[in-house]
Amino acid sequence: MKPEAVYFFGTCVVDLFFPEAGLAGIELLKREGVRVVFPRGQTCCAQPAYNCGYHEEARAVARGQMALFPKPLPVVVPSGSCAGMMKHHYPDLFEGTPEHAQAVAFAARVHELTQFLVDVLGVRLTDRGEKATVTWHSSCHGLREMGLEAEPKALLSQLSNVTVVPLKRERECCGFGGTFSVRYPDISAAMVTDKIADVASTGAPTVLSADAACLLNIGGALEKTGAAARPMHLAEFLWERTRER
Amino acid sequence: MSAETGATDFHASSSKALLDPSLRANFRRAMDGLMAKRAAQFPDPAEWNALRDLAASVRTRALAKLPELLETLEAKCVANGLKVHWAATTDEANAIVLAILRDHGATRLVKGKSMVSEEMHLNDFLSANGVESLETDLGEYIIQLDGETPSHIIMPAIHKNKQQIARLFGQKIRDAVYTEDVDALTATARRVLRQKFFEAEAGLSGVNFAVAETGTLCLVENEGNGRMSTHVPPIHIAVMGLEKVVERLEDVPPLLTVLTRSATGQPISTYFNMITAPRGPGEKDGPREVHLVILDNGRSRIFSDSELQVTLRCIRCGACMNYCPVYTRIGGHAYEAIYPGPIGMILTPQIEGLKRRHELPHASSLCHACTEICPVEIPITRLLVRLRKEAAQPPAGSKVLDAGGGRSRLEDLAWAGWQAAHTSPLLYRVMGTALRLFGPLAPRGLPLLNAWTKSRTVPKRAKRTLQDLVREKGIPDA
Ligand code: SF4
Repeated sequence: MKPEAVYFFGTCVVDLFFPEAGLAGIELLKREGVRVVFPRGQTCCAQPAYNCGYHEEARAVARGQMALFPKPLPVVVPSGSCAGMMKHHYPDLFEGTPEHAQAVAFAARVHELTQFLVDVLGVRLTDRGEKATVTWHSSCHGLREMGLEAEPKALLSQLSNVTVVPLKRERECCGFGGTFSVRYPDISAAMVTDKIADVASTGAPTVLSADAACLLNIGGALEKTGAAARPMHLAEFLWERTRER
Repeated sequence: MSAETGATDFHASSSKALLDPSLRANFRRAMDGLMAKRAAQFPDPAEWNALRDLAASVRTRALAKLPELLETLEAKCVANGLKVHWAATTDEANAIVLAILRDHGATRLVKGKSMVSEEMHLNDFLSANGVESLETDLGEYIIQLDGETPSHIIMPAIHKNKQQIARLFGQKIRDAVYTEDVDALTATARRVLRQKFFEAEAGLSGVNFAVAETGTLCLVENEGNGRMSTHVPPIHIAVMGLEKVVERLEDVPPLLTVLTRSATGQPISTYFNMITAPRGPGEKDGPREVHLVILDNGRSRIFSDSELQVTLRCIRCGACMNYCPVYTRIGGHAYEAIYPGPIGMILTPQIEGLKRRHELPHASSLCHACTEICPVEIPITRLLVRLRKEAAQPPAGSKVLDAGGGRSRLEDLAWAGWQAAHTSPLLYRVMGTALRLFGPLAPRGLPLLNAWTKSRTVPKRAKRTLQDLVREKGIPDA
């Protein structure tokens, strides 16, 4: 059932580095006749601290976020990783605390953006863009925590002028992994180097993902090596090609 | 290794491994092959899910009754004529093996593949005590010749390519001529080993599954050397970790089928040995004595934590290594551990303690590839996070060895700062602006940013954040 309104949780990486992708996500939802609410006080899903084992710090931040989304509306997140954190790890994080029930109820309302567009809103897209070739990086948490695999492809396949050339190792990690990339920069570099070589071998000028953190990593490596391909968030790509001008 | 804490330096060893292009190529090629073979064995996702659910439930049931099953196993084995020994530590296990050999005046031992014997460093121990201990699994034989340790739990010599093995054989084996022909190399090893099987006074093997109800020791192998090691010499010593027990004979097929398919992409291994008793009166072959050494070495401590206990479900198929993007890049030796890769990252810190090994659980991008393919559904990623927490902020009453052993003041401070910035919307905005204005300049000296920018450009903070844009567009706040 199509809800009248949804909350949007933009994520800190989108907020600071890919704001256009966040706005595009909001526009895609609004076009379907959904009212989008963006609580201003939001910051981060708390995944960095959670993944590093600093669960007290993570709880403090997660608690603050949950309080900003009080109404029983869906919470739409333009990142498989942050959505996975809120959906699958908030209940664990608050296990044994008074907020556990709240965390479980909150987690049940969390949706990744593309899944929400396809599964809940059933969007139909009309391609208004020029012919384009892209490749797709399936981010690990989206893929393996949120089960995000068919939905982005379903959306891309609705675009009549877009050809998707798959990566050879589509399911392989790009080497970001949050603090992993700075704790073990050499291993992370080896991984992202292989990833951008894979991107280059597709010949596509654009690499899409539904996770801004991977785009930061892949995009940074592409730029450093002077490669031609550029990263773009799926939401931005979809919106730019389908908006009426 | 740091002299003060005994901690290993995974940082240095992994970075060094990355500099070896032939090592990286060997692993990439080998892991690609193993992944393709495994994937071909599980073409139907529904069947795969059903098989791993079943395998996981068998292991879960066994662990739920572990103390009881171990007692039953011991009683059955004794009734079948085996001698059963318990070892709390690897030192005890080594002493038990040596005592058995001394009892029989044995100085030559042939070994089938056993990771528990690696845990014991048995070869070094025995050779220091005047016993020749010879690996007969081809991969193990190769690395023993070269004085190395396994780099993979199923394919111990996977880090070597054909040319490297050819050179090694040429140098180390008498009468061996240099050849890169794999069949010829195998034939050379076979010729050497054949003779040793007949000379050895004792054989040693691992155990894949020990069936409590019947006292049966199951051994999975492809070369027949396992059968020779357990069957030809007059004494057979089997060593196993105490988690290897299963309840019933019917529990074996569901585990065997996921083990061989996950490990090597085979529907079943070439050999599957079931050992129940020594040679009986009137029988013409088989060992006269069979000993079973059951090793703890930290396993009961792991068992005592209800969440970490699932670590003991592992059937050592090695698939998590094959699928690990980190293992594939650095290979097994960089972990400086008996068990490398994802299973090693959760097992090694629990066995050796978090003071020495707190780095290991961080050596993962948490991509979940291991968790997705583990045939007994061990939530490896979740356990990595749990161990990171045990290293940094152990809960009261933690049972993990050296809990809190990874604590760093600097990191505590960093996360306190992170918390402050993300619990105050105002501070978050100020920091965001600071990042935009000074980000490209100021933090360049910071070690974290240096690490990032070795292979990537500095992330550029957008001029206007999403928060700015939604305000401009009048997106409602509530
Ligand atoms: S953890 Fe799972 S995948 Fe890894 S070796 Fe053990 S059983 Fe196999």
